Amino acid sequence: MEAFNNRNVADNGYFMVDIEDYPTDGWGKFKRVVKRTFRGELFVGLWVVMREMLRFDIHTIQYPQEKMPIGPRYRAVHEMKRLWESDAERCIGCGLCEKICISDCIRMDTKIDENSRKEVSSYTINLGRCIFCGYCAEVCPELAITHGGEYENGSEQREHFIMYEDMLTPIDKMKAGAQLEFEGFGSITPHEDARVKKTPLAY
Amino acid sequence: MSKININIDGKDIAVNEGDLILNAARANDIYIPAICYLTRCSPTLACRICLVEADGKQVYACNAKAKDGMNIVTSTPTIEKERRAIMEVYDVNHPLQCGVCDQSGECELQNYTLEIGVDSQSYSVKDVDRSSHDWGHLHYDPGLCIVCERCVTACKDMIGDNSLKTIARGADALDAGFKETMPKDAYAMWNKLNKSVIGLTNGTDVLDCTSCGECAAVCPVGALVDTEFMYKSNAWELTQIPATCGHCSAGCQISYDVKHTSINNPEDKIYRVMNEWNYVSLCGAGRYGFDYQNADASKDEASFNSAVAAFKKADTIKFTSTITNEEALILQRLKEKHGYKLVNPEAKAFQTFLKDYAQVSGKTLYGSDLKQTMNANFIVSVGSALKSDNPNARYALNNSLTVNKGAALYFHPVKDPIIEGLGKNILTVNHKPLQEEIVLYLLLDLFADKKALPSDIVDYLASFHSKKTVTVTETIKEKVIEIVKEKKVNKETGEEEEVEVEKSKMVPKKVSKEVEVDDNRLVSLLGMPENFDETLAKFLKKKDSFSLMVGPDLYTHPNAKNLARLVALIEKYSAFELTMIPTLTNSLGVALINELSDEVGKYTVGYNVQADYTLSSLGDGDIDMPAINQQEGTLTSINKRVNPTNAAIGYKGYVLNDIANALGLDAELTVDYTQNLPVEAGFIAEAFDNLPNHYTNDGEEVRGYTLSVQSVECGDEEVAKIDESLSLGDDLVYMANPVRQFNAFTNKATQLDEESGLYVSEENLKDSDFKQGDKVRVKTGNGEIVTTIVSDNKIAGDIALVPTFDAELNSEALFSGYRFAAASIEKV
Repeated sequence: MEAFNNRNVADNGYFMVDIEDYPTDGWGKFKRVVKRTFRGELFVGLWVVMREMLRFDIHTIQYPQEKMPIGPRYRAVHEMKRLWESDAERCIGCGLCEKICISDCIRMDTKIDENSRKEVSSYTINLGRCIFCGYCAEVCPELAITHGGEYENGSEQREHFIMYEDMLTPIDKMKAGAQLEFEGFGSITPHEDARVKKTPLAY
Repeated sequence: MSKININIDGKDIAVNEGDLILNAARANDIYIPAICYLTRCSPTLACRICLVEADGKQVYACNAKAKDGMNIVTSTPTIEKERRAIMEVYDVNHPLQCGVCDQSGECELQNYTLEIGVDSQSYSVKDVDRSSHDWGHLHYDPGLCIVCERCVTACKDMIGDNSLKTIARGADALDAGFKETMPKDAYAMWNKLNKSVIGLTNGTDVLDCTSCGECAAVCPVGALVDTEFMYKSNAWELTQIPATCGHCSAGCQISYDVKHTSINNPEDKIYRVMNEWNYVSLCGAGRYGFDYQNADASKDEASFNSAVAAFKKADTIKFTSTITNEEALILQRLKEKHGYKLVNPEAKAFQTFLKDYAQVSGKTLYGSDLKQTMNANFIVSVGSALKSDNPNARYALNNSLTVNKGAALYFHPVKDPIIEGLGKNILTVNHKPLQEEIVLYLLLDLFADKKALPSDIVDYLASFHSKKTVTVTETIKEKVIEIVKEKKVNKETGEEEEVEVEKSKMVPKKVSKEVEVDDNRLVSLLGMPENFDETLAKFLKKKDSFSLMVGPDLYTHPNAKNLARLVALIEKYSAFELTMIPTLTNSLGVALINELSDEVGKYTVGYNVQADYTLSSLGDGDIDMPAINQQEGTLTSINKRVNPTNAAIGYKGYVLNDIANALGLDAELTVDYTQNLPVEAGFIAEAFDNLPNHYTNDGEEVRGYTLSVQSVECGDEEVAKIDESLSLGDDLVYMANPVRQFNAFTNKATQLDEESGLYVSEENLKDSDFKQGDKVRVKTGNGEIVTTIVSDNKIAGDIALVPTFDAELNSEALFSGYRFAAASIEKV
């Protein structure tokens, strides 16, 4: 992580790529065409392909049978997380995701529940409009809405693009302890403990 | 008031003498943080954050008056330290769940915490159980409460209900160490804060007040929230539509806060009503009665054609005054074009009253308004059930009593515990109905300049006076001189020696003597207390601004013409500034715009009135019309102000303008008529879109425009003598609504759930054979209705109230103009 945070390019083994100037006159352009034509670069490429074919070293991923592993910061279809302590939904209905959403695709209805607590009675994301910018996950104070790795969201109907039930961690997965924490923007950074100023308590 | 010059943060400003530093700064766009101060109310001194340095001395800006040449600094390192400590203290034990708090986004604690930059906490105290309370229409969460006491102040100084107070918190004392280490003011503020929370004065856990909700509006945090609004929406999602309340003639500035109804329904819905609470206070109807829109209207061409046909057939248009000025003008134009008779009995009565008043006063309109009334310190109210006719007039009265240390006389037949409870300096006189004339003569007698008043009136007034001898016992203080020995130091010798000193002492002594006093028969006719003279003398001490409010009882009085002339005489020949309370929302506008008739013709079109063909904003007529919250237009208020209002929610049906266009008038929009409102009646030819609707930082009302008062030719000043034979009998009913109800529109609002029926005071009900819920037949000389008994603790005395807000009750059947009627009530 430290290596990524170091943005000092001067003494890090970086060097400028040597690129020839583009020819400006007709003669220069003609020389370049001749050079490229007779260098046989095409055969270099063909040779690499044939070599790997003979070695049987094939990089093509057989999608959809095979899939690439998705990085933790990838921003695909949203997930709604549950609390580890109670398995209850984390969302408190603060409305910050709704406010920050720049494509205005999140909406929620809230009401007071029978225990006088704020309850989210319904929640939608219109994935047809979502640009997957990640602001909602970043702003969420409860780490409730996050992005997941699920990028396959084709459908015949726009309404099917997303269902709240599909976003929410299934209860059996939760019970099995298999809910994954999000590590992208908005999640807790490794130095958080050191940065917090503790509030004194009179207990 | 004379201007003085002060200097705040290097800026020279001219302010009125006696202005508070905070208000002077605000009026000149200089920022001083302040939490607990409410403009128009007395300073609470709870938050202490408005600390400034005036001429090198620390003072509270909300409490200190500006003095000529004063040099004020709003921020010094010491003050900044105090402010930082105060904000840290406010954050001690404050829950961090801003995400679920209704105030989040418009929370003053959030704002000031961020502004002062509180990023760490140095103080702590053990918390106590502060679980939330459901107070009925309000929800109180002491856990969020910062005890700024703004709710208490608003309730006491503005509303007059005195329903809230601070109660003991029961917390541990603060750690003694803080006293030494903390900034002084922050510690004092915390010490007080840690001892109190807000509670109810009535001792129960449910509010029993006039339910205005002003306390929740002024709450800087999410401690006091309207139960209905709770957790429905975040502040930032609501769009504020500036408007004018359409329920009564006060014409309060409001904003409808709208948002889509739900995820599935994108149509706008009103979630709450907010106001500029520093400058205007709402009543319960204004705050909670907002969803009275005509929702299901649609454009049905067949019913439109039938409406046009009905107008073509009709010779009379009957309407109420719950319409905009523009609609009133459309009706007037239709009358001019097609010769309709315009019938509106209540506006007609007010119009006639104004005309009779103009005959004597020489001007078309009364001279004062509620703002002047609020700033006056002696107020008289005649002929109005103030708390339900115009709640803002009641607030003005209360504010004068509490903040200006004013006094008031309230003349009305119905005993009103709310008005009586406004303070010690209000005398309520429950005279008999029809005695309003005597009241006005009494006012002339007591306050008019007898030298200027026409001599025949002076003579007539003198005929009520006689001399009588009474024995009075009074305590006088007698001066007694005694000689005492004292030890004193001789200045020359420096030695102590005994000196004899003469000392005078005041000793109380009771003396009884016979005095010849003036006996005023007007006073005894009204059944006023024996010691009225003394009370009045006490009330009038140090009073210099007088205000008179007259209400709808006068307009429909059988001798209304004479009353109007008397009222004009009082305004002319005494120090009283006059305000008239228009009967309904836009009675004043209608009275100025329309030529009204008395008789109804053969075929009548009714606008919000049941008739042969009915146009209704309530959705129960032959064709739908938009309600006030669905249309643009202007309303004329008691303050003689033409206030613009906007459409908060959509309306899909036809409007009056469409019908008028079909009948030969030509205007694209209803508000095209705004600039055509009659200039000769005092309106200004200004387009609707140019009308502003806001308050400035110094509290100036920049809303619409004020009507200009026109002078008219004066007639004579003759007034008729008192007709003492007028009387109604003992069993009486009075046409008045309960608090929070005005008309069928407030009745339609879901949050205003007042029960309809015959309102009988609790004490009266106890003595009678009736009980709550009994079905009774009320019979007067004019008609009869059958209804149920409702026990009402907001009135007292024997007179029962018949409300008008419930159209099904048909209460108009009982009355022939005057609001009182003799009635027999029997069980069915």
